Amino acid sequence: MKDAFGIPQSLLVLGGTSEIALATARRLVVRRTRTVWLAGRPSPALESAARQLRSLGAEVHTVAFDALDPESHETVLGKVFAEGDIDMVLLAFGILGDQAHDEREPVAAVRVAQTNYTGAVSAGLVSARALQAQGHGSLVVLSSVAGERARRADFIYGSSKAGLDVFAQGLGEALHGTGVHVMVVRPGFVRSRATAGLEEAPLATTPEAVATAIELGLRRRSETVWVPGALRVVMAAVRHLPRAVFRLLPL
Amino acid sequence: MSADTVPVTGWGRTAPTAARLIRPRSYEEAVAAVRGCGARGGIPRGLGRAYGDAAQNAGGAVFDMTGLNRVHAIDAEGGTVLCDAGVSLHRLMEVLLPLGWFVPVTPGTRYVTVGGAIGADIHGRNHHVSGSFSRHVLSFELLTADGEIRTVRRGTPLFDATTGGMGLTGMILTATVQLQPVETSLMSVDTERARDLDDLMARLTVTDHQHRYSVAWVDLLARGAATGRAVLTRGDHAPLEALETPGLLAGATRARRDPLAFGTPRFPALPPFLPEGLLNRTTVGLFNELWYRKAPRARTGRLQRISAFFHPLDAVPHWNRLYGRGGLVQYQFVVGQGQEEALRRIVRRVSGQRCPSVLAVLKRFGDADPGWLSFPVPGWTLALDIPAGLPGLGALLDELDEEVAMAGGRVCLAKDGRLRPELLTAMYPRLDDFRALRAELDPRGVFTSDLSRRLTLQAL
Repeated sequence: MKDAFGIPQSLLVLGGTSEIALATARRLVVRRTRTVWLAGRPSPALESAARQLRSLGAEVHTVAFDALDPESHETVLGKVFAEGDIDMVLLAFGILGDQAHDEREPVAAVRVAQTNYTGAVSAGLVSARALQAQGHGSLVVLSSVAGERARRADFIYGSSKAGLDVFAQGLGEALHGTGVHVMVVRPGFVRSRATAGLEEAPLATTPEAVATAIELGLRRRSETVWVPGALRVVMAAVRHLPRAVFRLLPL
Repeated sequence: MSADTVPVTGWGRTAPTAARLIRPRSYEEAVAAVRGCGARGGIPRGLGRAYGDAAQNAGGAVFDMTGLNRVHAIDAEGGTVLCDAGVSLHRLMEVLLPLGWFVPVTPGTRYVTVGGAIGADIHGRNHHVSGSFSRHVLSFELLTADGEIRTVRRGTPLFDATTGGMGLTGMILTATVQLQPVETSLMSVDTERARDLDDLMARLTVTDHQHRYSVAWVDLLARGAATGRAVLTRGDHAPLEALETPGLLAGATRARRDPLAFGTPRFPALPPFLPEGLLNRTTVGLFNELWYRKAPRARTGRLQRISAFFHPLDAVPHWNRLYGRGGLVQYQFVVGQGQEEALRRIVRRVSGQRCPSVLAVLKRFGDADPGWLSFPVPGWTLALDIPAGLPGLGALLDELDEEVAMAGGRVCLAKDGRLRPELLTAMYPRLDDFRALRAELDPRGVFTSDLSRRLTLQAL
């Protein structure tokens, strides 16, 4: 069960090698979380993530999960929920893609869309149904500011996150009053493995900062969390800029 | 019987979970509800005054007991009442006071049910004299997981598991309670100020036994030399002749004409949506300063109505909304006699963190009652209300838990919404007996709550 501050005792991470997810899991394990399920493609990285969380004192299980195989989600996640209540599902899988390359290779672009959006639709719905049946739980979805307004530099990734974001918002509406809390997290540019070598955007943040914001959002039962918080205001302005002006910005 | 799936929270309004709310209006409906409650079980709920998740059951059923609210029989000679579990203490007072009887133990609110009072084995300001509620319960009828109704008497394991058992042994249907005789519905109240914690503890130790009711409000925002300064209030039921003293109570003539009248002021309810942060260090600091200064240095024999003495907050319906959407956490712990140093450390710690706590209440517990998960043990108990949104509060309370457990103390389950399960066995040594009894009585876990899931109160 969650405690009075929204901290879960059991956590299911979809995308078990995500740096943001692991930073969040570490933070929650230090507080209350005792059982962690790391779902992802079997890999040494997944095992080492599990080892790291075990060393903090959590009971950690790994589950083979592939975002690109939505047919399997029902079975894979069903087994996890059958083992006991999950207090929080962190939907954290996603790939950045390579915009220039993916523009030339539509199949590669579709892979980004399928992982970030299609995979999330099926995993999100399966999780939502299970959470609703148990009458409680938080579904935390990692979106991105990239979904807020299309940029020349990353619109393939951005469009997949835009789809995910609207899907998660709608899911939040659908689950309102069912005891299940859906929280959309919109980080800005996160310094991590995935973005190594990329040019940093303004208001860049870290996986740890996102984890802190998630813990705060759980306590407040927030529906949307921006990281850093200043992005809420910045993006509200950016969203309404005329295109001619937006093009001139060094973004 | 109606059933709707609705989000449910405790009085602290934290951690909502959804459940089917079922409101039985007869014992037959209650039996049907328990028998048909489904895989995720059910839990009885009274008036929802438990602060945490004791009367929530995510994905399962919550039995709203307030439909079973008949007072069956009053023995006006012997001073006992037989009533349904869903009857509130407020209702009992309305019925009993004109007959010269009072409920034996009342917490800070009248809006708790008799079933809830037994399930949480509530205590009041008279614990050092009267013990907890279960001490005055002669017997009760319990609907258990198998759908049978058992009569449970004092001195049996099922009685001791159920008093303080947080509704997890079954659904209490009726109870017979021994009452307290009174001559008037007024209290004779002494008030004094204590300049710091040591002064307060000394005063409580020396003079507690002279009064039936005794409680101290502590200013936890005061720091330095004033740390733990407090207003100490003691009271006794006013005898008839006390009404003859003129000038002690406005409307004394009326009180003389009808000495057992039960008056309860009621202000408009707070609106459902109040902004967060109304209770912050500044506003609470200001309030605490005024409250302390307003209290007389020493005054004796002032007459007060029962509602004003015991339940001032009941006059404001939904006062918990004052804490905004984020809700509040109540932290109540007890440490035994001889563990005063632990109490001092905790008070210093809370004051040092500047927790905006309006309601910090210190009192001394007397002898414990046999309930296995009953909270009171002889010693010092401090209860504080804190906005749940206070940054770092979770970590602070975890540290206080350690301190409490090290001192052989415990936190109160009726207030809890956040204790680390690992500490529970240290705090409640009879937990294994409780788990064993439940495993036998209710092997399928029909009676289940968010609290029991969170703290693993069922057999492992």
